[in-house]
Amino acid sequence: MDRKHIIVTVIGQDEVGIVARIATTMAASGINIIDINQTILGGEIFAMTLLADRIKSELSLPEITAKLQESVADMSLKVTVQDSEVFQYMHRV
Amino acid sequence: MKFTSEEILETVGMIADDKLDIRTVTLGISLFDCADPDPMVCAIKIRDKILTTAEKLSEKTDFVANEYGLPIINKRISLTPLSLVVPVADPAAFLKVAQAVDEAAAEIGVNFIGGYTAMIQKGETAIDRALIAAMPEVLSTTSCFCASVVLASTRAGINMDGCYTMSRIMKETAERTASQDGIGCAKLVLFANPVEDNPFMAGAFYGPGEAESAILVGVSGPGAVRHALENLGPKADLGQVAEAIKKSAFKITRAGELVGREMARQLGVSFGNLDLSLAPTPAEGDSVGQILETMGLAMPGAPGSTAALMMLNDAVKKGGLFASSSVGGLSGAFIPVSEDASMIRAARAGAISLEKLEAMTSVCSVGLDMIAIPGTTSAETLAAVIADEMAIGCANNKTTAVRIIPAPGKDVGDSVHFGGLLGEAPVMAVSRISADGFVRRGGRIPAPLRSLTN
Repeated sequence: MDRKHIIVTVIGQDEVGIVARIATTMAASGINIIDINQTILGGEIFAMTLLADRIKSELSLPEITAKLQESVADMSLKVTVQDSEVFQYMHRV
Repeated sequence: MKFTSEEILETVGMIADDKLDIRTVTLGISLFDCADPDPMVCAIKIRDKILTTAEKLSEKTDFVANEYGLPIINKRISLTPLSLVVPVADPAAFLKVAQAVDEAAAEIGVNFIGGYTAMIQKGETAIDRALIAAMPEVLSTTSCFCASVVLASTRAGINMDGCYTMSRIMKETAERTASQDGIGCAKLVLFANPVEDNPFMAGAFYGPGEAESAILVGVSGPGAVRHALENLGPKADLGQVAEAIKKSAFKITRAGELVGREMARQLGVSFGNLDLSLAPTPAEGDSVGQILETMGLAMPGAPGSTAALMMLNDAVKKGGLFASSSVGGLSGAFIPVSEDASMIRAARAGAISLEKLEAMTSVCSVGLDMIAIPGTTSAETLAAVIADEMAIGCANNKTTAVRIIPAPGKDVGDSVHFGGLLGEAPVMAVSRISADGFVRRGGRIPAPLRSLTN
């Protein structure tokens, strides 16, 4: 397999610089961002979903989660990382 | 993007907020090559086979859970029924083997292992009798070995002598574990028409028609189904409710399919089956009773509960079957009292009775499950309760089960506390009308007719 797609979600209080921090941490970990969606739910909740490839990263999925969560540790945000196959299985027949 | 934000956030919410999880990854292990007339040798062979086959179960389960970001709650093992493996009609032999199995399970790091099982729906062999005689001691001296006894089937009818024997075994087991409210009985399931590929405890055993070893996955997610119904609102009609349940069941099952296939690949064994059963835990929100409440019943046990449960059970199966070609096991909804916060509340409030639960089991996937009754209940009355539940399975060609705890020293109004996944339960009333004469007749109730059924 030449790609290993993950879906990253970041949800919480909107603040300046969230996307920058997440993107910087991912670049430093060798993870290539493929697509980003970002919205503000109900006018105040920040919600970002991000598709990325971790084939060139040596980190495991829990390690990636920890690193991303750490990068926004001073903000009120929750980061989850999952293999994109989970979404493929659950939402596509 | 390949997926919409709504789809992604729905899945993330199902896992984080609605407690969608892979409830159990159960490794089925055939023990047919471990039979030996010397109990010591037999015990060693079984222990070695478990340790070898399941060596990487724990490590690989954690790996898969981490790789996909899907929580896997329990790792378990199911074994070929011991009555088919230990060829000695001696209770001491079964005790020795059971202790070896329990030690192996502890060493592997699984919280339950199933297969202390005898199948006596039509009659007992000398070996079955020995296994059953040792059962109270096995259940009170081992910590994670679960027992099951098949008492009835649609093809054989109901072994009433077996029902009576097992009611006495249950009472003795409860007495031996009285200091823990009779917890030994929480590890004992009596069956009609059991499935041979059930990944859920305490009733899992690995049937003789299964492969050498296989991964059996149990998925759960009552919280996710409830959430979907909440989003639907109170005005949606029941056809729309059924549709929403099917869609949730589909998504939940797909998550299990993914994990099952990967687990089987990692362990180099076959992918046996996927069991989508809405199995509650005592955690708030992780409740089948709350799904019934969301449908519009004030509490489970209200009139309409049987109809609502029938729809839930059926819609879960329909969604699951479309999602995977490997659906098996029990696949439906469980209604254990002590393990479901909403059922506990209903039992405390007197909204649900043993009789209503019995009616509900005719349309859900298992039976009278984790129900505490007064320790003074006679063996005859308990045998009659068991026989009633067996009759529902027998006549309807479905699995039914009994896991009742006759709690020593406890009466109606008291509670039993088991802790962990087994939860707590108020002691429920049992009818005081005698069935003694009926039970003492003994014998076998013949197999029911399968045509001309009205």
